[in-house]
Amino acid sequence: MIGLEHYLVVAATLFVIGIFGLFLNRKNVIILLMSIELMLLAVNINFVAFSSYLNDLVGQVFTLFVLTVAAAEAAIGLAILVCFFRNRGTIDVEDVNVMKG
Amino acid sequence: MISADIQVVLPEILLAGYAMLALLVAVYTSKDGLASTLTWLTAGVFLAFAVWIGINGVGTDTAFSGMFVSDDFSRFAKITILISAAIVLLMSEGYMAERGLLRFEYPVLIALAVVGMMVMVSAGDLMVLYMGLELQSLSLYVVASLRRDSIKSTEAGLKYFVLGALSSGLLLYGASLVYGFAGTTLFTGIIIAVADGAPIGLLFGLVFLLTGFAFKVSAAPFHMWTPDVYEGSPTSVTAFFATAPKVAAMALFARVVFDAFGGIVGDWQQIVAFLSVVSVFVGSIAAIGQRDIKRLMAYSSIAHMGFALMGLAAGTALGVQAMLIYMVIYVTMNIGTFAVILGMHRDGKPTTDITMLKGYSNREPLMAFVLLVMMFSLAGVPPLLGFFGKLYVLRAAYDAGLGWLAIAGVVASVIGAFYYLRIVYYVYFAERDDGAAGRLPPVLWTAAVVSTVIVALAWVPGINLFGLEPFAAEAALTLVN
Repeated sequence: MIGLEHYLVVAATLFVIGIFGLFLNRKNVIILLMSIELMLLAVNINFVAFSSYLNDLVGQVFTLFVLTVAAAEAAIGLAILVCFFRNRGTIDVEDVNVMKG
Repeated sequence: MISADIQVVLPEILLAGYAMLALLVAVYTSKDGLASTLTWLTAGVFLAFAVWIGINGVGTDTAFSGMFVSDDFSRFAKITILISAAIVLLMSEGYMAERGLLRFEYPVLIALAVVGMMVMVSAGDLMVLYMGLELQSLSLYVVASLRRDSIKSTEAGLKYFVLGALSSGLLLYGASLVYGFAGTTLFTGIIIAVADGAPIGLLFGLVFLLTGFAFKVSAAPFHMWTPDVYEGSPTSVTAFFATAPKVAAMALFARVVFDAFGGIVGDWQQIVAFLSVVSVFVGSIAAIGQRDIKRLMAYSSIAHMGFALMGLAAGTALGVQAMLIYMVIYVTMNIGTFAVILGMHRDGKPTTDITMLKGYSNREPLMAFVLLVMMFSLAGVPPLLGFFGKLYVLRAAYDAGLGWLAIAGVVASVIGAFYYLRIVYYVYFAERDDGAAGRLPPVLWTAAVVSTVIVALAWVPGINLFGLEPFAAEAALTLVN
């Protein structure tokens, strides 16, 4: 029987993979965008699992909001990335280093 | 029922409508030709809304079954946000026009960001919180990379975007855990769920939420985006980042910890105290080596956020009041400082190098004096306004039994005074003939002089922080009780 815990474990695993993708990735900014998307989708699994477990629709409504915002976020991220590529001619994470912080 | 709800959110709806209308009108008419008019108009609209919210607001109203709250606390934050956004917008106009950056999207994006901030501070539900926060953040990502032909500006936008999205992800994960273990996303429901102790899952959710907020207020150890974003963005955008969004994020922080988790103060108090003490030290120590005044202001704002969090860590009404007063004072000081920074020119080009300030007092005596007052005030030297801000938060922390935190704050403040005083040293005692000069345009001049007068007159008996205190006290009481 697959219960709530299983879903939560899957979501937590995906979330952690997303975070590691952000920090360990040294290659490409597109991979950063994919990692962010992975984190948001992990959160969605959490919301839907809880929503079904609690018999409460709010979690699914929240999921729809998150999906919409994630789409807008990806669009803005890609737009900024295109501007960056025009200036630098590269999208390697290692080249995002004009300022050190 | 619905019309009563609409009545409560009317300011936000109208402002959002204004932003979209402005966008359409500008697109279908002369585009960037309208930019200057639109900037002034938007600033005017902000001020009009601030007056409207100030006059209209009595008591506590909720809309959409508690998802949106309009009370003294949210009105205090909204008025601060609107006024500071209007002033910074007016200050940016000349700077942006001179650098060919004045596009009509700029005031529109700022207006949308302000709508997001107003929604944030009024949130009564995790969903509303998230939507407000994202509306603000998405607009700010774009304005950070407004100079799209500059490597620095686009890199700032990219860094801000990636770390901002990471913080939104952490915050959302926290929201999902809170929803799962409390069974509701309404703050009024969550506070009932934690009434007799929070289950471990809820505490996990709370920690993730606080991490997300710490990113947004740029509290250490989640501050690494701040210096780069401040340095890379156009200076007028930096001035905006340093003011209104900080107030909104801090108000949201307070709203969540008190409205949703007010019953378990002991559980979040230590986290907020930790963020506070790390922020004041990181901000004070890391700023010492900076050569760019925008980076220096970034570390300065990290330290100041640490002090504001100190008020929050107290977990009392007095603490929230101190936090609100501190934020208003912080915004005032930043407006004055950035007015001078925006006016720093060398050979007709803007500069942000600190060494360019050497001998500034010989070239621009009045502005050098403004910078002197602002730096002393930021360092917390009595009898200037910044000292009273620090006094309030330190007293609140001490009264709440966090004496060690107050002592750490004083020590960090002394360390931080070093780099503020170094600027004063450069301005008054170092010599340099080819440094920054240039007369400030009227708007910047007025902003600089007015904020200096406010900062310098704080100690006069009878002025009493310009009547700010009772409003902040009332706002804090609605939140904590």
